[in-house]
Amino acid sequence: MNTPLLERVQGIVADVFGVPEDQVRPDSSPDTIETWDSIHHLNLVIALEQEFGVQFTPEEIEQLLSVELVAALVEEKLIPVE
Amino acid sequence: MTHMSHQELRKQIKEQLEQKQWRGANSLLAELWRMQPTAATAGFVVSSCEVLKRHLAFTPCRLAILRSFTLEPVLPILRAAAFVSGIELNVHLGEFNSYAQEMLNPSSVLYRFAPDVAMLAVRTCDIAPDLASDENRQAVQRVLANFRSWIHAFRKNSQASLLVHTLEAPIVPDRGIFDAQSEFGQAEAVRQINTGLRAIAAENTGVFLVDYDALVARYGRVRWHDERKWLTVRMPIAADCHIHLVEEWMRFLHPLTGRISKALVTDLDNTLWGGVLGEDGSEGIQVGLEYPGAAYRALQQAMLDLYRRGIVLAISSKNNKADAVRVLEEHEGMLLRPAHIAAMRINWDDKAQSLREIAQELNIGLESLAFLDDSPVERARIRQELPEVTVIELPSDPLGYANALRSCAVFERLTLSREDRERNVYYIQQRQRQELEQSVTSVEDFYRSLKQEAEIAPARPETVARIAQLTRKTNQFNLTTRRYTDQQIAELAATAGWNIYSVQVKDRFGDNGIVGVVITRLQGEVCEIDTFLLSCRVIGRTVETAIFAWLAQESRSRGANILQGWFVPTSKNAPAREFYRAHDCKLVASEDGRTLWALDLRESEIKCPEWIRLTFRKEYALSEYAAS
Repeated sequence: MNTPLLERVQGIVADVFGVPEDQVRPDSSPDTIETWDSIHHLNLVIALEQEFGVQFTPEEIEQLLSVELVAALVEEKLIPVE
Repeated sequence: MTHMSHQELRKQIKEQLEQKQWRGANSLLAELWRMQPTAATAGFVVSSCEVLKRHLAFTPCRLAILRSFTLEPVLPILRAAAFVSGIELNVHLGEFNSYAQEMLNPSSVLYRFAPDVAMLAVRTCDIAPDLASDENRQAVQRVLANFRSWIHAFRKNSQASLLVHTLEAPIVPDRGIFDAQSEFGQAEAVRQINTGLRAIAAENTGVFLVDYDALVARYGRVRWHDERKWLTVRMPIAADCHIHLVEEWMRFLHPLTGRISKALVTDLDNTLWGGVLGEDGSEGIQVGLEYPGAAYRALQQAMLDLYRRGIVLAISSKNNKADAVRVLEEHEGMLLRPAHIAAMRINWDDKAQSLREIAQELNIGLESLAFLDDSPVERARIRQELPEVTVIELPSDPLGYANALRSCAVFERLTLSREDRERNVYYIQQRQRQELEQSVTSVEDFYRSLKQEAEIAPARPETVARIAQLTRKTNQFNLTTRRYTDQQIAELAATAGWNIYSVQVKDRFGDNGIVGVVITRLQGEVCEIDTFLLSCRVIGRTVETAIFAWLAQESRSRGANILQGWFVPTSKNAPAREFYRAHDCKLVASEDGRTLWALDLRESEIKCPEWIRLTFRKEYALSEYAAS
């Protein structure tokens, strides 16, 4: 896993859900972050799309269930197309 | 690079918060927000301001948003934008498409929330899905009838201001290019609905239109719309445009919360013209129709537009005064002339000191000043030294100056009273009054020479907006500082026992317009003063004594034995602190720093100063607001 990328995702998750950055870990998820509900999930998607200039499909949005999964999907999307 | 400095800025903000440097953190947060107003930054700004608000004064505002589409992701951006403008928003977001029920049902969540401001944001495709059929005429009538009934219900149930989005024209009409050939196409129907909405807003106090159609057009309909998000999560507005929607809303929230600037203080060199007068001479500076002078002339045009809106213009410049004034008087490329400028500090002093003096000369608080200067150093200096002053951020390229000024929400106004439009004339008269004051020997002679006439009249439909505006804007001579919306004033005026009066003052130099407000409530033998205020334009001219003398007499004739009122201290109303004591009132109670004063009308008589002629336009009491 790309560490700077994971950290950036953690930072965005902290911003969007209003929790201290040091409380966001790779396995943080809607189960561990109280404010990560379905409405705020959309805010996360928008923040990620803005920050990384990517777009998620509706199917992908449903899979963004932990910080680690988010980072993995973002990394996949950022791989330059040759 | 931007990313780095953005992270650096965040680090500094965190440090400032840890060191309890609240003001420093606040201004860095505003800088961060200008640099990157994204969803992620919004979360950071809001969390930081939740801490700051315990230490700095934010203006609270309860905002209800009634909507037909997903707006949730816009809320953090809205709250962040409001926080960096000094406004703390408490937002109630209505359920999807429940706006009609919420407005019609007097016991709905909307009314229980008790908003200060409500917003009705409905999209064309939700309220009029049938447009583009052959029945457009009926659809227009139906939509307008719906809006009218919701707005009337809202007006009956709430005193909040109501902002109504206009409907947006379709990106491409359903019938394609044929729409423009039809007599009553989809685009035409939307135009007619919006024209009808404008009429409905004009019929109701405190109802204003947000020209959503013009907003979408400004940024482009195609760019504004996000088809993917619309079809998946009912969010039609592209994420990159959320900030534009929020900025448009902020243009309304500034005047509605009173976070406005009354005067603009501008620099000269490299702001009003290109170049440095002291080095380049009046022949060498750049201002005129051709580039590069055109950029500065465009800024001057933007200032003139503000001037016509009633914003007072002033100059603070480090320059040789005689040379600078000559440019203002004679340079053919200039649009601004000395007649537009209410106060000038052209000297080599510190600008913070100049701004203090200008505020004093114009008789307004520092929080009512906005400061425009091309130098980031001067801007930083004023931010630090005078945090109350609104410092306008300018881009490094002068071609962007005019737009930067035009986008300042602190100069927005929802209503323009006669007083607003003529304010600049008053300041010229004020200068003449000061010259007179210096020429007469005793203060009584000065009062006599002013030949003041005060005219008191019960509130009327045509004066309600000005009365409400004064309650919101008057900070210095204001005994209770109670703020009212237009709607609240109209309702109070029609409530038994309550009386609302406007005070208009004229003198030998001209008509000051309505500059005072008195609101009283008669209960049995006690007449309570709810509001007693005077605009700074007429402070210090014994008008308040004349009004109080009349009020005592009027209360007596209405059967009161006691005239009483609270003095509620604020950081700004020191000029009114001694008012009750100086007018024979006795202190009868105090709580939390507030004091209650009473005048026994059976014993005391307040005399109207002999130099003021006061008339009471009682006949106006026969108007529709007359309380029984």
